[in-house]
Parts: sequence; structure tokens; C-alpha cells
Amino acid sequence: MSTTFQIWRGDKGSGAFKEYQTDVAEGMVVLDAVLQIQAEQAFDLAVRWNCKAGKCGSCSAEVNGQPRLMCMTRMNQLPAGEAVTIEPMRAFPHIRDLVTDVSWNFAVKKRITPFTPRPPDAPDGTWRIAQEDVDRVQEFRKCIECFLCQDVCHVLRDHRLHDRFVGPRFLIYAAALEMHPLDNENRIADLREAGGIGYCNITKCCTKVCPESITITDNGIIPLKERVVDEFYDPVRKLLRVFRS
Amino acid sequence: MAAADTHEHDVLIVGAGGAGLRAAIEASAAGVSVGVVCKSLLGKAHTVMAEGGIAAALANVDDRDGWQVHFADTMRGGQYLNDWRMAELHAKEAPARVRELEAWGALFDRTKDGRILQRNFGGHKYPRLAHVGDRTGLEMIRTLQDRGVHRGITFYMECTVLKLLKHGDRVTGAFGYDRERGRFHLFKAKAVVLATGGIGRAFRITSNSWEYTGDGHALAYEAGAELKDMEFVQFHPTGMIWPPSVRGILVTEAVRGEGGILVNNQGRRFMFDDIPELYRTQTADSEEEGWRYTQGDKSARRPPELLTRDHLARCIVREIKEGRGSPHGGVYLDISWIRERLPHAEEHIKKKLPSMYHQFKQLADIDITKEPMEIGPTTHYMMGGVLVDADTQMSTVPGLFAAGECAAGLHGANRLGGNSLSDLLVFGQRAGQYAAQFANEYGGAPVDPDEVEAIERAALAPFARDGGENPYQIHHELQDRMQDLVGIVRTEREMTQALEGLHELRARAGRVHVAGNREYNTGWHTALDLGHMFSVSEAITRAALERKESRGAHFREDFPRKDDAFGQFNLVVRKKADQTMDIVRRPIPEMPAELQRVIKEQS
Ligand SMILES: Cc1cc2nc3c(=O)[nH]c(=O)nc-3n(C[C@H](O)[C@H](O)[C@H](O)COP(=O)(O)OP(=O)(O)OC[C@H]3O[C@@H](n4cnc5c(N)ncnc54)[C@H](O)[C@@H]3O)c2cc1C
Ligand code: SF4
Ligand code: SF4
Ligand code: FES
Repeated sequence: MSTTFQIWRGDKGSGAFKEYQTDVAEGMVVLDAVLQIQAEQAFDLAVRWNCKAGKCGSCSAEVNGQPRLMCMTRMNQLPAGEAVTIEPMRAFPHIRDLVTDVSWNFAVKKRITPFTPRPPDAPDGTWRIAQEDVDRVQEFRKCIECFLCQDVCHVLRDHRLHDRFVGPRFLIYAAALEMHPLDNENRIADLREAGGIGYCNITKCCTKVCPESITITDNGIIPLKERVVDEFYDPVRKLLRVFRS
Repeated sequence: MAAADTHEHDVLIVGAGGAGLRAAIEASAAGVSVGVVCKSLLGKAHTVMAEGGIAAALANVDDRDGWQVHFADTMRGGQYLNDWRMAELHAKEAPARVRELEAWGALFDRTKDGRILQRNFGGHKYPRLAHVGDRTGLEMIRTLQDRGVHRGITFYMECTVLKLLKHGDRVTGAFGYDRERGRFHLFKAKAVVLATGGIGRAFRITSNSWEYTGDGHALAYEAGAELKDMEFVQFHPTGMIWPPSVRGILVTEAVRGEGGILVNNQGRRFMFDDIPELYRTQTADSEEEGWRYTQGDKSARRPPELLTRDHLARCIVREIKEGRGSPHGGVYLDISWIRERLPHAEEHIKKKLPSMYHQFKQLADIDITKEPMEIGPTTHYMMGGVLVDADTQMSTVPGLFAAGECAAGLHGANRLGGNSLSDLLVFGQRAGQYAAQFANEYGGAPVDPDEVEAIERAALAPFARDGGENPYQIHHELQDRMQDLVGIVRTEREMTQALEGLHELRARAGRVHVAGNREYNTGWHTALDLGHMFSVSEAITRAALERKESRGAHFREDFPRKDDAFGQFNLVVRKKADQTMDIVRRPIPEMPAELQRVIKEQS
């Protein structure tokens, strides 16, 4: 069945939707249609993808205005007979067509204090960890760094506070490190200051778009916020900190 | 020299999968300056897709395991064409490499007493694969990536190397372009490590992404290095086949490790019908025994679904050919049947195989806890690659190293599942160490500006031509030829035809035209990848023609039996002075008595 696609074409912010028609076969995902258009009609159409199976987080885009992985969006989930619009993520600088410059995310990660393990538990240099403790942080470690949550978060998308807020991806990254059964660091002060955790007002938009179904807000950000409160606004602790410094 | 950005490093690493990242970490720990170039963004390399686990004889689940057993399993799996020294190093060093990954922050599933849990996998005698659910590769690449970015390594993301540069015999750097702007980059280096992964994109049905066009194989070959074992391409028995757009996407072997069975359209568990002699004493006699094995009963033997991949792929092809296949041309893989055996089977499956559950639910509308999957073979892994020294990973070109999937030796005629991730760690580490050492010992060497200019000119040629050939079209035709003529079942007649086809396609590729400008132009990138795929495809075909027997992943319908005479040598591919491809038989050195004893004891 021939379907109409409106695909954003252009460089560095300037651009417009361009219309394409292509045949959609049974079971096709949006990425298949885009690659088909690329191979048959728009040879120089810029698009990122790798695994085609929702595992690498490369093919993020906005499909009919919704942040999605193109490789996991089946054509039959979209309204039949209507044109499909595909645009690049809007929270990052545009490069070309569907590709954006996501390098800011890599720079942000570099600023977060890395994993720092406690000394080994056994003489052979290994650790003993309970499966429950592994299960507990598993959710956050599933992140495929698609940055869709960053794309949808209004603090980055609308207010453009990239220099003051690390975004949901890196809040749960920090949460994963904080909850790592072997980690000995404390990143709470950093999250409050450089991380800008206070900018998040718990709209939960990030959780809604996460293709890995990570409960970013409830399980990651809110517990971190509670710890910020405990460590910084708890009067006893506050006093302790005054004495220490 | 025209406008190319110049970068200088002691060690340049091409590839940011597990092998490249592990090499980079090691080299930077040795105090040299390290640059890493990769075609995609950091963390998106193939390694991220690995599901099942990392093979290492930690002996956490079964204390009968040890390096000797792992070594013997790897050699048996590879039908004794492996580089035995690499297999030895790999078996001995993998446990330390896995523990080190944990010390860097990777979290694996645990045993009851809190140690790293290990699962069963095809060809491994004991449960050996350290894993976390079915997303082990993600855990591994993220751990390495996050460690790498804190070590002062420079990353050049979305940058593709087109050619290696040489001065005399030695490699002195590499030349490439960035995707974003299409600008050229000149990398000067004292040593170069290739870690570019596989070649799957030379075939139509594959589990590999667009990146796996055999670049490292071809770059090394063009630079005068020898390649080895190119006839051995692994077809994974279980890829998705329906709907058509997901064809080839991998269904992890862990499904079978957890008890999944293969059935034909008559409901028969056909794998029991054909058990190879080499594995007879290790394989279960009954469905009952096979089930007990998957549930950890140490007295039971493995079910036939956990035989090696090459054997499974051929049995599946036979079922389909003889009319016992599923509606879309595959067979059934069923994990839902374990409901008969386990009380909370649905939850169990979702917990053990979460991304498989997700993948089938979202892409095929199939709930694997309730119904069987339809699967068929898919091009998955390249055993062949750059011939390297076992201890140092240096190729036959001084200063050029290779590690991971693009290097040859460890796996021989067939790779065991889980032995790749451990390969990346063990030999990535070694390549990094010895490349740094080489850089320190030999210092730099100049780059030839004429050579650089010639590469630039060739790279830009597709814009200037008006030949009218479409790069995507040529790529598709290449894939069709390789799939249909040099696939799972091979014959002399078809492969000769393939060679002729390749020749003709290569001529057409010389007339490829690309439109648009140089910025993020996928058509141009595809045009540039074609050259690599031609070299690799020709090497595969020529080596496969030369090996007139069936062994491991290489099956010849015209020579269906294994021939001891062919077990005495590897096939080596190299470029002759007149630029044509040469295939030579390289005798396998005799195994030391100690290793021979290990193999005897384990058989
Ligand atoms: C779906 C799937 C599941 C798998 N599951 C398992 C498993 O459970 N256990 C296991 O052991 N193995 C598994 N494998 C195999 C294993 O994942 C791969 O063999 C392994 O990850 C390869 O790693 P690598 O480091 O050699 O290369 P890759 O991870 O493939 O990385 C190659 C890198 O090289 C770069 N590159 C390539 N060409 C160029 C160029 N010209 N210029 C610059 N950069 C370049 C790429 O961009 C990339 O960064 C699986 C494979 C697949 C596809
Ligand atoms: S919950 Fe917080 S982080 Fe998530 S989208 Fe809303 S403001 Fe952003
Ligand atoms: S948290 Fe979810 S949405 Fe955000 S980057 Fe990770 S996988 Fe993507
Ligand atoms: S291509 Fe990997 S997530 Fe879509």
C-alpha cells in the first residue's frame, strides 16, 4: 500500500518537510520506510540507525510529533491512510535531515564522577553481591542512550538549560551509580549543583517516552531528590556540614 | 596536501566495539596517547547487541570447569583449525578479564552465594557464560565506554577510515572522513589497531548493521597484510524471518540455553534425528535428559538444540528444503512449552529473556511465553580475518594490529557462542598493550603526501562521474549473489558463478554516481563501502572454492565430508604484486604435547 511521508529535509536548523510516497508492506517499521525512500528516491537522506532492533538507541526521531525509535515503531500502529511526519529531535542542534548533534550528552556524562568500588570482599579480588541488589539497579542500566527523554524534557527542549541541567538520562545514570551495590561515591552534592536536579518539576514526560520503559521519574529522579533534601535541608545534617567546613 | 584535518597519536584504534575500547583502555594505561575512530556514535557498535553472555571458565556454577575444558571446547568447536596458542591464551585469561570488567562497574547476574552466575550455551561443556539477562553486550560496552571517557582517550565519532597509510613496510597512520561534514582526516600514528568487527552486510540476510562491511579486513588486505580462514562465515541458526522487514534480526541462543526447542511443521523435535559423531557422547538421549541439563542437573547431557551453530543451521535448511518448514520458510523455536514443566513459566521467560520477549512482541506481535517463534538461519559472524601473532595480535605488517571479530585464529572453522565477547576482552587487552609497546620502541614514521592525495581523489570520484549506477542497487545485488551463491550450502559451480558476478559488479561500481553534497551523505558512504565489500566477498569465495571439504561453518554439497588432509592447513589470502588475490595453504604448526594431552583428557 502506498503511503505518504513528510520527512524533514535541510541543514543546520533550516529546512522543510518534503513529501515522499512509498509502498508499505506487512510488518514494516518507520525506519524501513525511511531506508526504502533513501535507497529509491532520496539517496542523500541523512538518518542514523544501527541495530534495527531497539538495542542501540541510534534511530531516535519525532514521528507524528512523538519522540520514538523509528526501528520500533510499526507502521500499523500509526493512523492508517494518513501522512506520516518524521522530524529530527528538537532538543539538540540540527545537523542534517533527521540527524542531530547529540555530542552534548557525551560531554555531560564525562562530568559525572565515575564508578568507584569498595574494596573486594574476597581474597581473590572478587565481590559477593545478592541478586536482589543486581535486580534493583537493572532498570536504570537498561538505558540505550537514545536521548529521547532528553528530547522531550521541557527544561532542555523549551528552556534550553543545557548548561545548568543534565537531563533525565543523566539523572538516572547517576541513580544507577548511586544504587550500584559496590559503589562508594556520593554524587548528591554534584547533582544538586552542577546537575541542576532542582530544575526537574516531575512532569514525567521523560518516563512516558522511554523505549526501555524505565520509570525514570518515580524510581530514579524522585528518590534522588529525596536524598538531596535529606542531605542538604535536613537541619541536623545542615548543622553538621557547617561544623565540618 | 589538500584540506585534511591532521591528528597525531601514538596508537590509533579503528573501531569502538568491545575490542577497540578494551585496546584503547590498555594502551592509554601504558601511558601513550590514544585516538579511537568509529563509524557511529560511541556505544552503538555491534557489541551493544550481544545478548547471551561472555564465556569464561570461572567455574562458579560447576567447579569441574577450568581453562583446560574451555580450551578443548573451543578447539573442538573450531574443528581444530584454530590457532591453538590463541585458544590457550583465551581460555586462561578470560576469567581475569571478566572479573576486571566487574571491577570497572559491570553488573552480572549472581549465583546464590553472590558470585557471577553462568549459563549454558552451545558447545560449552559446563555453564560458562557470565551474563546479565539477555543484554550482556550493552553492559559490556557501556562499562568500557564509561571507563574509556575518563582516561584521556580522544574519540572521533562518526568518522570512517578509508585506507591505511604506509611508509616502507610499516603502517604509519590512516586516512578517513567524518560523516557530519564529509571532511577528510589524516591520522598519523606509530601503531594502528584494527577492531572493526564483521562483514555481515555482504549478505542479504544478516543480523549485522550497516557498519559491518568488512572494512578492517579489506584495509589490512590492501595494506599487504595476510588474511586467514576467510571461508568460514557463521550462519546463526536462529534469526527472525517474519515479518519480512525484520528478517535476519537475531534470536539469541540463550532461548535454547533456557530450554527452547526446535520443531518442524509436523511437531517433531528434529534435532534428535541427526547428532554428529564428534558430539554423540556429550548429547542427551532423551527430551527428559535435555530438559534436566538446561535446569542445571549436572548428571545430564545437553539437548541437541545446544549443538554447534553450523550443524543446527544445516539441519534447519534441510527441514525447510524437504518441506517440513513453517509457513514463512523457517522452522519453529519454542520456549513457551516450558509451561508444562515450570509453575511460573511466563514470568520466568520474561525475566530471563526480556529483550527477546520485547523484540517479538513489538516487531512481530508474538508473545513468546505463549506461542512458538518462526526462525531461520542468518549471517552472523566472521571467523576469518586478519592473520595475527597469537601473543601480540600484530599482523604480518609491522605496526598494524588487529583484535576482535576482524582478527582470525581463535575460532577456527566455527565460533562457539559467548567466545566472541571474551575474545574482545582478552585480545583487545593484548593488542592495546603490544601496540603501545611497539609505538614506544619504534617511534613515528612519515606519511607520503602523494598517497594521501590519491586516496582523496578516489574518494571524491563518485561525485564527479555521471556513470548513473546507484550505490544502493549495487550493494543489494552484491548481497543477493553472496547469499544465493556462497551461503550455507556451497558448490563449485555456484561459487564460480559468484566470482564472475563479483567481477562484473565491481566494474559497474566503478561507474557509481552520487548526488548531493558531502555532508552526511549516506549514498556517498555506501559507494565508498562497496570497495571493502568486494575485497571481502572475493576472499570468502576464493577461499571457499579452495577448501574442497566440509568442515565447521563451511559446507560443500560437492564435498560433503570432512577430509583429514584439509585439516592440516589454514587458507591464507594475500595480495600479489600484480594486485590479484592469492590463496595459499599454510600448514598448522604442531600443537605442544601439553595441549595435546589436555585435548585427550577432555574428549
Ligand atoms: C545480535 C548479536 C548478538 C550477539 N551475541 C553475542 C553473545 O551473546 N556472545 C558473544 O560472545 N558474541 C555475540 N555476538 C557477536 C559479538 O557481539 C561481536 O562479534 C562482537 O561484538 C564484535 O566486537 P568488535 O569489538 O570486534 O567489533 P564491533 O563491536 O562490531 O565494533 C566495530 C567498530 O568498528 C568501527 N568501524 C568499522 N569499520 C570502520 C572504519 N572503516 N572506520 C572507522 N571505524 C570503523 C565501527 O564503527 C565499530 O565501532 C553477537 C552479535 C550480534 C550481531
Ligand atoms: S520529569 Fe523532570 S526530567 Fe523528566 S521530563 Fe519532566 S522535568 Fe524533565
Ligand atoms: S532513559 Fe530511556 S529514553 Fe532516556 S536515553 Fe535511556 S533509554 Fe532513552
Ligand atoms: S536502530 Fe538501534 S535502536 Fe533503532
